[in-house]
Amino acid sequence: MMSRKNLLLALSAALVYLFLYLPLVIVVVFSFNDSRLNAEWVGFTWKWYGKLLENQEMLTAAMNSLIIASVSAGIATILGTLAGIAMHQYRLRLLQILVLAPIAMPEILMGVSLLVLFIMVNMTLGLISIMLAHITFCIGFVALAVQARISSLDPALIEAARDLGATPWQCFREITLPLLMPGILAGALMAFTLSIDDFVITFFTAGVGSSTLPLQIYSMVKIAVTPEVNAVSTLLMLVTLVVITVASRLSPAIFRGE
Amino acid sequence: MHRDDSYDAGESLAAAFSAIPSLSSLSVGPDLVAVFRVGNLVWVFTGMESGALLEIVNVSRHFDAFVALDKVSLHIEAGEFFTLLGPSGCGKTTLLRLLAGFDQPDGGDILLDGKSMIAVHPEHRPLHTIFQNYALFPHMTVAQNIAFPLRMAGVAKEDIRTRVAEALEDVRLPDKGGQYPDALSGGQKQRIAIARALVNRPRLLLLDEPLSALDAKLREQMQIELIDLQKDIGITFVYVTHDQGEALALSHRIAVMDHGRIMQVDEPSRLYGYPGSRFVADFIGKCNLLDGRVSEQQGSRVTVELDGLGSVHVCGQEARFGAGSRCALTLRPEKIRISPVSAIPEASTTPGPLADPSPLRSLAEESRFTGYVHDMLYLGDVTVYNVTLANGVLLETLLANSASGRTNFFEIGDQVEVAWSCDAGHLVLD
Repeated sequence: MMSRKNLLLALSAALVYLFLYLPLVIVVVFSFNDSRLNAEWVGFTWKWYGKLLENQEMLTAAMNSLIIASVSAGIATILGTLAGIAMHQYRLRLLQILVLAPIAMPEILMGVSLLVLFIMVNMTLGLISIMLAHITFCIGFVALAVQARISSLDPALIEAARDLGATPWQCFREITLPLLMPGILAGALMAFTLSIDDFVITFFTAGVGSSTLPLQIYSMVKIAVTPEVNAVSTLLMLVTLVVITVASRLSPAIFRGE
Repeated sequence: MHRDDSYDAGESLAAAFSAIPSLSSLSVGPDLVAVFRVGNLVWVFTGMESGALLEIVNVSRHFDAFVALDKVSLHIEAGEFFTLLGPSGCGKTTLLRLLAGFDQPDGGDILLDGKSMIAVHPEHRPLHTIFQNYALFPHMTVAQNIAFPLRMAGVAKEDIRTRVAEALEDVRLPDKGGQYPDALSGGQKQRIAIARALVNRPRLLLLDEPLSALDAKLREQMQIELIDLQKDIGITFVYVTHDQGEALALSHRIAVMDHGRIMQVDEPSRLYGYPGSRFVADFIGKCNLLDGRVSEQQGSRVTVELDGLGSVHVCGQEARFGAGSRCALTLRPEKIRISPVSAIPEASTTPGPLADPSPLRSLAEESRFTGYVHDMLYLGDVTVYNVTLANGVLLETLLANSASGRTNFFEIGDQVEVAWSCDAGHLVLD
């Protein structure tokens, strides 16, 4: 039995979800459509996915994206973890702002300023410059995830470890690090997804021959939204979804905004 | 030094000292000899010879303007169950954290076995802490938790295994080694925390309100276990609590703290029977405080003019009270006799001053006052009667409900007589 009020609530919720996910559903559906046009449903096919595998440019871009996402997520995780611990330990407002500002900063601003910087230091734009840029904006997210985890830890655990004979380093390795691991992994996965589908910052910091998947999709869409674009978008979506699901399992706190 | 040994040594010394009355209950400087006597139990502390296990010397700790510890000094002997007791914010936990090395004092020194601990990191201090919420490592099994201090100390793997098994055996949880702390009950966590802290035989165990998270029944059971454990292993316990009942039940000696200062250090029975101040009298157990003024003192016998009540004699007072000084008579509810007014034998209402206050005579000497039952509280084993005296002060008294079939001897508004022997109360100066 649903009251009028609950019915209204359910209806509005359904509308919001429709608004959010209808475009994505269309992309997924048409990636399996046996027609060059995104107009009407003709029949089911895997052929656009097959065509992707033959598209050398697309494969290079995908490989670039994976390399960039893995390396930037790895380095951002190490730096972000240290930043998160420092933020918790020293509780300096300035430190917090400095670490977290890139999250709130407009991407276009980050992109432009990084481009200016790379040109100033005469750096060749390519995979390295993209990685540096991605590390910059990922650190904040990892730090946030780690900080959320660390503030939920009982400080007595650290004291107990010291009390029972552990040096500060042993204490970090045996107690702090294992207990922070879910937060660190969640941060790493978030960094990975942010890196793999970033467009704006990558657009400014990429050079010739260092195209990533989002840049490749963009250049294809400039001509027309082909079923191949639908197929690669669907795959990208799938990767992101899986990673985010794993991350939310590992560290529910950051996704609940605790 | 084990407590039982010192008791034997003390008895022979007691005989020696009892010949010198002035010494039998006197402390002669902290570094020479201190003799404490309660009944036939005598404690002899010779600071120079044995040396306290733990010496806290003028330790201070400030947090900005807040004085958490104000020049605290304590001597704790090997094998002692020593309790820091006080209300929250009195500095007891701050002191414990200084002992563990989690925090540094602003002044003073902490000596363990005569060596200063100030510059020693927590991991190098030969003592362990039991935390209020046990602080078991959630990502390690029970066995791994207990193995942790051994592993940190570099004990060989095979030795660790046998010693962990022994430790689990000792706390009677031999089959819990493979479980994670989350799967344990509160009492089990408590035992594992104790096993972990004792597995590598520290010189000293610090316990920070370890029973506060347990329910009343389990707490009582754990108290008995703690007493037995401490007796068995002979390791010195420094125990922090705000629960005076717990402190009285567990401790050999108690330091009562308030506002960062030590108010009194004594054995439980001395603390209860001979509080040194209003604060201690009020904080330890239930206590009536009757304000008055000292009239005169003859040896250990003091005459006090209680405000609005009249003159009473108080026997067995060790301290010197100057005539005219303001004081309070502390009276425990259970030491006050409550009876119907008609039962007063007229002859003994006004006891004359005694030339020789021998224990037997002084027992007979009573102070008596009449009052009205203001309210009562039936508690099952006893009934509490609050009696309004002539000066308007409420006096709390206890009456055991030992007679079968009878519960309420008095009703609210009844006129009653309250009486106490002259050695029932204890004087504290304002």
